[in-house]
Amino acid sequence: MYIRVIAMCLGVPGRIVELKEGFRALVDFGGIRREVDVSLLPGVKVGDYVIIHAGAAISKVSEEDALITLKLWKEIAEVMGYGKRGSSNISSR
Amino acid sequence: MGEVLDRFRDRALILKLAKLIKGLAKGLDKIRIMHVCGTHEHTITHYGLRHLMPPNVKLIAGPGCPVCIVPAREVDEAVKLALSGVTVYTYGDMYKVPGSKMSLAQARAKGGKVKVVYGFDDVLRKRVKEDSVFFAVGFETTAPTVASPLYEGRVPEVIKLLTSYRLTVPVLRYVLSLKASPIRGVICPGHVSAITGASAWEYVVKDFKIPAVIAGFEPLDVMIAVTEILKQLREGKARLVNEYSRVVSYEGNLRAKQYLKEVFEVVDGKWRGIGLVPLSKLKLKDEFSTWDARLYFEDKLRDIGEGDDIKPGCKCAEVILGIMEPKDCPMFMRACTPSKPLGPCMVSSEGTCHIWAKYGYLG
Ligand code: SF4
Repeated sequence: MYIRVIAMCLGVPGRIVELKEGFRALVDFGGIRREVDVSLLPGVKVGDYVIIHAGAAISKVSEEDALITLKLWKEIAEVMGYGKRGSSNISSR
Repeated sequence: MGEVLDRFRDRALILKLAKLIKGLAKGLDKIRIMHVCGTHEHTITHYGLRHLMPPNVKLIAGPGCPVCIVPAREVDEAVKLALSGVTVYTYGDMYKVPGSKMSLAQARAKGGKVKVVYGFDDVLRKRVKEDSVFFAVGFETTAPTVASPLYEGRVPEVIKLLTSYRLTVPVLRYVLSLKASPIRGVICPGHVSAITGASAWEYVVKDFKIPAVIAGFEPLDVMIAVTEILKQLREGKARLVNEYSRVVSYEGNLRAKQYLKEVFEVVDGKWRGIGLVPLSKLKLKDEFSTWDARLYFEDKLRDIGEGDDIKPGCKCAEVILGIMEPKDCPMFMRACTPSKPLGPCMVSSEGTCHIWAKYGYLG
């Protein structure tokens, strides 16, 4: 875990546990806590999941979208045909 | 939420998708799919996803490691400053990357002042009082973490910036434009896209007519990206798909993009192992020249030469361009190992050679 924490890109989202002065917030990564810059994400709240990159929160993670994505994959894998239903829902806009 | 995300590693589902991929690849000729992100390479190698691919589908790592592609000359600049008594702050990934003569780690062993930080915010929190330098490397994802405090006036004048930012959006265009590019599909970097937005990759589909999928970093994300690319190839249609919509929007992080625009201009830039890539580098705008380490320390940096980017025998250039796999390099795990790296791709935890060395490369 330590190695991944000092690396620049972290794939794992963290949860905001406290908002602090000066565009900072305390973020929890499954037990490990650290202070990060949240100036790129105006309006983040305690409880939000965020992606941290090089010490700054760069994007919010949407649980709803995560669940939809998972459900889709299940269908895709189950149907095996990778039918029409699957792909349209994960397209860009 | 943690629980939801754990399910992105569902083994049974991964294996089902592997079967599906095999079916889709049947009858297609050799398919090379490129990604441009060290974290994708980590996922692919760590979870052994290459072993799940049929023989005609190859996953190739493009120029996705932001410290491997910093020209030796720019490392030399940081080394020179550290050795001349200026404190140089840098990322752990950058610390061991060799310049033409040495890395920052070696400079420190020689008495140079080098400090490893997790992000620029760590430097700001230190309340630095004397002239110091932040070696600012990274891609579209990292640059806003410096642009934001700089624009908002939160960076004291004593902290100078030695910027080496490069952009993945133009470099992928460059790689795809190379004559005889064997790439038939692209997995776009998830976190770069969080900033740039999915829209940044539309050109892959429009100009090169190949499938592009923005993917996250769990094994299922990558498997689904491959599935989608193969499906498009079968149908003979190329589309842009955002598989990582839980993090990436179509337009990206507008605030971050605005900061980048205010603070940097986009200029041509040299990439280690690749050469000059048009409009692929960020340079501080004149309004922020007070923080430009290259101007402030001009005297100290004057006699730095071009630097030698690739050591004789090292195939980093080929590895970065996706033409060669690390195991095809004669030095791999012989003269070049993670503890004694010869080339930049073996140094960083995001470098392809390093990842292959660490997580297995047999087969
Ligand atoms: S194994 Fe070492 S020498 Fe070979 S390409 Fe990779 S970094 Fe260069």
